[in-house]
Amino acid sequence: MTEPPSAVRSAVPALLTVHGIEKAFGPVAVLKGVDLELHGGEAHALLGENGAGKSTLMRILLGIEHADRGTMKLGGAAYAPRGPGEARRAGVVMVPQERTLCAHLDVVENIVLGIEPAGPLGILRRDEALALAKHSLALVAGEGRIPLEARAGAMSVADQQLVEIARALAQGGKSARVLILDEPTASLGKEDADRLFERVKALKESGLAIVLVTHFLGDVRAHADRYTVLRDGKVQGAGDPKVVPAERIVHEMLGRELESVRGEADAVKGAAGYRGEQAEGVAASETLLDVRTLAGIRKPREASFVLKRGEILGIAGLVGSGRTELLRAILGLDRLKSGVVVKQAPRGIGLLSEDRGGEGLMLNRSIAENIELSPRGPLFVDPRAVRAEGARWIGELAVKASGPDQRVGDLSGGNQQKVQIARLLREDFDVLLVDEPTRGIDVASKAQVLELLRDLARKGKGIVLVSSQLDELVSTCDRIAVLRHGELGPARPAAEWDEQKLLLEAAS
Amino acid sequence: MTSLKNLRRPAWLGPFVALLIVYFIFAAITPEHSFLRTQNLLTMSRQSVVVAICALGMTLVIVTGGIDLSTGSLVALTTVIVARLLKGGSSPFVAGMVAVAVATAIGALIGVCVGRFRLMPFVVTLGAMTALRGSAIGLASEQKIDCDPKGLDRVLEASLSAPGIWIAVGLAAVVAGMLGYTRFGRHVFAVGSNEAAARLCGIDAGRVKIVVYAISSMLVGIAGVMEFSTLTVGDPTDSNGLELDVIAAVVIGGAPLAGGEGSILGSVFGALLMTVIRTGAVHMGMPSWVQYIVTGVIIFVAVAVDSVRRRRISR
Repeated sequence: MTEPPSAVRSAVPALLTVHGIEKAFGPVAVLKGVDLELHGGEAHALLGENGAGKSTLMRILLGIEHADRGTMKLGGAAYAPRGPGEARRAGVVMVPQERTLCAHLDVVENIVLGIEPAGPLGILRRDEALALAKHSLALVAGEGRIPLEARAGAMSVADQQLVEIARALAQGGKSARVLILDEPTASLGKEDADRLFERVKALKESGLAIVLVTHFLGDVRAHADRYTVLRDGKVQGAGDPKVVPAERIVHEMLGRELESVRGEADAVKGAAGYRGEQAEGVAASETLLDVRTLAGIRKPREASFVLKRGEILGIAGLVGSGRTELLRAILGLDRLKSGVVVKQAPRGIGLLSEDRGGEGLMLNRSIAENIELSPRGPLFVDPRAVRAEGARWIGELAVKASGPDQRVGDLSGGNQQKVQIARLLREDFDVLLVDEPTRGIDVASKAQVLELLRDLARKGKGIVLVSSQLDELVSTCDRIAVLRHGELGPARPAAEWDEQKLLLEAAS
Repeated sequence: MTSLKNLRRPAWLGPFVALLIVYFIFAAITPEHSFLRTQNLLTMSRQSVVVAICALGMTLVIVTGGIDLSTGSLVALTTVIVARLLKGGSSPFVAGMVAVAVATAIGALIGVCVGRFRLMPFVVTLGAMTALRGSAIGLASEQKIDCDPKGLDRVLEASLSAPGIWIAVGLAAVVAGMLGYTRFGRHVFAVGSNEAAARLCGIDAGRVKIVVYAISSMLVGIAGVMEFSTLTVGDPTDSNGLELDVIAAVVIGGAPLAGGEGSILGSVFGALLMTVIRTGAVHMGMPSWVQYIVTGVIIFVAVAVDSVRRRRISR
């Protein structure tokens, strides 16, 4: 399971040792005995698919969660932080994936937030704050790159991230020893990412242990000294990413069960047969959507594809590759930089949002009202008709609910998703842009939702399916294209892809 | 970089310029330059004191992303408490202190509801507005309380030696200093700007809010004593709707209701601007409905200009 300690490594004691960590949430075991060693002066990549247990492990390191079993040692002494404050004082800090600066405050104020040097009556010592901010900013950015008096909200995402790293280091204080970067390049372009890694290298050389939680194998191979793969709460592999071939790392991430999962998926949905049947129809059928060199303000950078009636086009890509942005750009929700979308869909285009609670559904309104929500429709609404319509769709899609009046927020994730789909179906769009339709829903509903999408394609809809579940793409789609750093590759028949190839392509 | 410079332009500059423009328009068009006389300036300052002191606290509340609708009721309650205590034989100092202490305690209670129980500030203070008005009327037995003001009436005379105006200036300086130059002030902005980030950095956002509402209500209590000084009676129906003038002053002063931004100086200029409009309209002999419309338009224009400027910067 764990990598045998090499001769060199045993000579240098590890800075942070994690041994046999177990953690369960209720009946679900998330970590099943994880070992990890971090050394000062090293960048250590932590790899694994969604749900592998990476975040839980990091939360335990930061004291946000507490391990059920297992021990940790920091610099030789026992380490069991009770909260993020204690972890911070011990010198373990993290920069989360989302930006968490106060947009209205300036750079200095953000860096010293919560640790403001102050005199009597809490009066700020500006000089000290400035010195502190300058010092930690110097560790992450060149002189003058980031103006100290700039407001965080007016800065680029890349600069905000550098400020956040500076803040983490400042809050770790002189004792900062372990810096965890969660998906640091997910929202950065190539140049910014390269610049970030230059800084990571400098920090590493100053003696810090750096943990890179990431999906980007390319980054790992270029910038990490060691890697550890987590899968199903266990360490599945570790080593030097410059030596171990990418195929093996991908295999460690996806696991041996790959074949059986695929087989299961195909058996449940009869996808293989369906795909064959569809292949003939596609060539002849009409074009619904022609996307030509589409580029958004930040993402996507370049995307071109053609969507025909009756087909499902899959889009694979890592977090931050611009998947959601691509769908939003096609729909015209965000401003475009260049490119055209030729829409030949007389009945329009619908979007199934990945953020069900945030923008997909009105969680505190009834099922019927959610399904009925439409820019079209009569001036006056008969509540009974709305309820009847809701009841009809509940039957149609087999939504498990007490009735059309039930609050959508009370439904399970899978049934919420069906309500969202019902709304799109009621509008009878020609093209459906479907973003992560199976996120956060159980296995049985997953199969139903995917089957529903295939059925819709069969009935002549065109569907663009974005998913981070690679098995789902391979088993559901007719063609798949890979989105990488905002650039969409050519769409190739699903039969030519498998999960390994998709992940290699997306992560390179 | 130019856009950054724009953004760092002091927040009070806009309301200050607006104040000057409106003032000089009235100065130019009022008959016999009555608007320019020192006595008029003093009268206007005096009339701004109550709204301005309340606006100091409201600025803190709005910077945290909250709102306080109980201001008017609390001012009325304060005048009633002061009047009853004076009538009962207390010294003016004791009467004022007790009234301010009660107001502070009420603010702390509102703060606990908002900060600890995470209730919506709008709803909490809407309830407080009604309940405090009721308390004031009950405490005054449903009528005005006449009493000997024992010198409290001189606090807010229209004279340069009246302490009221100087107390207001002093309070503004203290609150502005607190907001700009103390750790607590930074935390107020941080909580309003991004509460999750503030918590992440170890700031107790709930405690910050409790202190903010307590300070705000303490200032309202002080304003209530000033209000008593002009009324010289305890009037439970006084200051109905005052909170809306106060909120308007803060918004004109450049604080968006979304929180994270605001300036004490701006709010003070906002309060002065509203008084200037009102006084100017009176000098012009305009009917009161015109004042209302002009005030409304100015609030609207102030916010619209500010939001256009922001949008241009964020592009």
